[in-house]
Amino acid sequence: MSASAAFLQLLNGLASANSLFLVAAGLSLIFGVTRTINFAHGSLYMLGMYCAVTLIARLGGGALGFWASVLLAAAFVGVAGAAIEILVLRRTYAAPDLMQLLATFALVLIIGDFALWAWGPEDILGPRAPGLAGAVTILGREFPQYDLFLIAFGPLVLLALWLLLTRTRWGTLVRAATEDREMAGALGVNHKWLFTGVFALGAFLAGFGGAIEIPREPASLSVALSVIADAFVVVVVGGLGSIPGAFLAALLISEIKALCIGFGQVTVFGTVFSLSKLTLVIEFLVMAVVLVLRPWGLLGRAAAPARGPAVLEPRLPVPSRRALYALAALVAALALVPTLSTGYTLVLLTDILVFALFAVSLHFIAGPGGLHSFGHAAYFGLGAYGAGLLLLKAHAPMELALLLAPFCGALGALLFGWFCVRLSGVYLAMLTLAFAQIAWSIVFQWDALTGGSNGLIGVWPARWLSSQSAYYYLTLATCSAGIALLWRILYSPFGYALRAARDSALRAAAIGIDVRALQWAAFTLAGWFAGLGGALFAFAKGSISPETLAVPRSVDGLVMVLLGGLHTLTGPIWGAALFTWLEDTLARTVNYWHAVIGAVILALVLAFPQGVAGFARQRFARRGDDA
Amino acid sequence: MLEVRHLDVAYGRAQVLFDLSFTARDGEVLVLLGRNGAGKSTTLKALIGLVPARSGEIRFAGRRVDRLPPYQIARLGLGYVPEDRRIFTDLTVMQNLEVGRQPARRGAPRWTPERVFELFPDLGRLRDRPGGRMSGGEQQMLAIARTLMGNPRAILLDEPAEGLAPVIVERMALAVRELKREGLCIVLSEQNLRFARAAADRALIVEKGQLRFAGALAELQAQPAVREQFLSV
Repeated sequence: MSASAAFLQLLNGLASANSLFLVAAGLSLIFGVTRTINFAHGSLYMLGMYCAVTLIARLGGGALGFWASVLLAAAFVGVAGAAIEILVLRRTYAAPDLMQLLATFALVLIIGDFALWAWGPEDILGPRAPGLAGAVTILGREFPQYDLFLIAFGPLVLLALWLLLTRTRWGTLVRAATEDREMAGALGVNHKWLFTGVFALGAFLAGFGGAIEIPREPASLSVALSVIADAFVVVVVGGLGSIPGAFLAALLISEIKALCIGFGQVTVFGTVFSLSKLTLVIEFLVMAVVLVLRPWGLLGRAAAPARGPAVLEPRLPVPSRRALYALAALVAALALVPTLSTGYTLVLLTDILVFALFAVSLHFIAGPGGLHSFGHAAYFGLGAYGAGLLLLKAHAPMELALLLAPFCGALGALLFGWFCVRLSGVYLAMLTLAFAQIAWSIVFQWDALTGGSNGLIGVWPARWLSSQSAYYYLTLATCSAGIALLWRILYSPFGYALRAARDSALRAAAIGIDVRALQWAAFTLAGWFAGLGGALFAFAKGSISPETLAVPRSVDGLVMVLLGGLHTLTGPIWGAALFTWLEDTLARTVNYWHAVIGAVILALVLAFPQGVAGFARQRFARRGDDA
Repeated sequence: MLEVRHLDVAYGRAQVLFDLSFTARDGEVLVLLGRNGAGKSTTLKALIGLVPARSGEIRFAGRRVDRLPPYQIARLGLGYVPEDRRIFTDLTVMQNLEVGRQPARRGAPRWTPERVFELFPDLGRLRDRPGGRMSGGEQQMLAIARTLMGNPRAILLDEPAEGLAPVIVERMALAVRELKREGLCIVLSEQNLRFARAAADRALIVEKGQLRFAGALAELQAQPAVREQFLSV
């Protein structure tokens, strides 16, 4: 790459950083004050894009029409954000952190289907910005005027936000509530409206970021998830809650991506690397590196211990003899199903069993382990791809492939887990997400090995297992055994030590528990069982696609666990059954089924903040107390 | 002004306050005495609404407040200064005061930054100092000043003299007497009598969450046995 090309590529990166900064600043602001990670922030950005396109079409593409549309679109998204905060999030602040996340993920589904209904599945190209449609010549090359404008715009927004936060009463209150919400309340600050205001501002920024990007990029549905992934990276790299950090990180990430595209293919030691294909992986690599070196981000500060009374996690009850008999009876009943019915019921039950194992393995680390993984699908997917590749590329017999595949999941978890257990809380969640995204990008972009976006086909079980009922029995036996084993471990000294480490890492360390080693082992173990689930899933479907280890699959797992109840034992299997059945039924019968699932999740989160099984247990316990 | 009746407070299953009843009047300094862990801080937190009352009744300025969120209680004119001060470390002295500012209140003294600096002259020299870069004594003064900016009718001071140099403790006692003169109702907590002697009118002794003594400070001074039983370490 010549010097002038490199320079222009750098300018290009600066222009891209602008929108990224706007979204990330909003996300960071919202997190700082409300401690909510707003998964729907990318969706608000997408709404901003669509609204701007629609408004420009109505108001005309002149200078006035264009800029009025951009501002109106941002304002509309801001109002939508306020409504979301008042109607949904306000009711979830008292619930566990993960429940809030689930609520915002439900919003992603709802907003996504709303956009699909309102604007259709096709990308919509926006007009050029009036007056800035041309190009200027820099170092003998053409550079869009609009991009130059954006380069100047980002710092202006940073300045405006800085003035708002440091020079106004509202900003002072926001900063006070960010630091110590409870104390601000004791001084008479009504955090309810402060939170609504902050959420509206954050949404406004996201909408603005989307609207202003219209001349550069078409409005599309896929933007919601890609932008939120980018924004997460930027916010975490910059430091959660730090606006200047978000600015710096947005510049850094955009520049690195721009340079990767600019360099294209490079040859290192005779091997050709396509850097432009690495853009998906690279930002997550940057994030992983930053989190390992500076766990609280570039400009963030180490989180102070949470204020307020200590949150005691509910005890994990030892299942009664009666409950164990009931579970055994359930397995026996499931074993009878093939004699009564075949066909679709078995397919669905096979899916449910696989996801029950997946959910239980996630629950193992997220509940009793306290490691809130956002990327558990990575190990599920590694197991699936491991099974597929062993069968197709290594020509191993199916039985051997199934036996070895879980170790692919475990190896991945062993590698990623080493980094992850060094962090906790939100940062751990983000790092697991980053690693899952890295695994996904590799699978997605390594066409030669994994088949890229097409995935692998022809992953069928051995002949003796090829009938539906035979494979069902295999799945039932394997998953039941796996779940029983994981549950047994929870009541072994290992399981008790795991809970001790979650409740007080310091005290656990003081009595001689090596907390990191313990959590690393648990993470790896959970990866093994997730891998087993993935392998069973691959042979059940006969094919594997990159979606097997994509972010939505990880979130599905969390939904299952949280629906069932994070602090219950059997919750994850009920959550897996309910969710898998619901998704299957809706996908076959309803047009906008994502939105329906989102609405159901939302209703469940608002009605049962402790999860369905947690709720049942609470009801049961209350009755027990009365008796 | 403040009236507490049969207050029970529990953290989860562990009950920490049992059937507490007392009142505090305008222009009165009431000191809550007791050993570490006796329930003094919890009592004050229950009054401002930071921990929920399990049963019983709390009335402030004639209104029942035990089901209100802290910000509403604060807006009725009840100020709270926590034991660990909880200064906003990111904000400057002036900004900390701004967070505490509330509209003027009928029947309560009005405070401005200038008036607060008259009470604590040292703070006036630190206007633009971030809260995180202040000494313990300066932070304690700022914590009280910040609460005064809400023009309270009554304030709760949780161990205001804890861990401070004798000179600063003297300044605190002076300030408390000044606030009393302004007609404020003051409830403060302390582990021993040292600070109370300089400022308080009446004393309560709490032990293991229960009220063991209530009476004038002079009465307590006259009963070394009571002091010995509940306060000495």
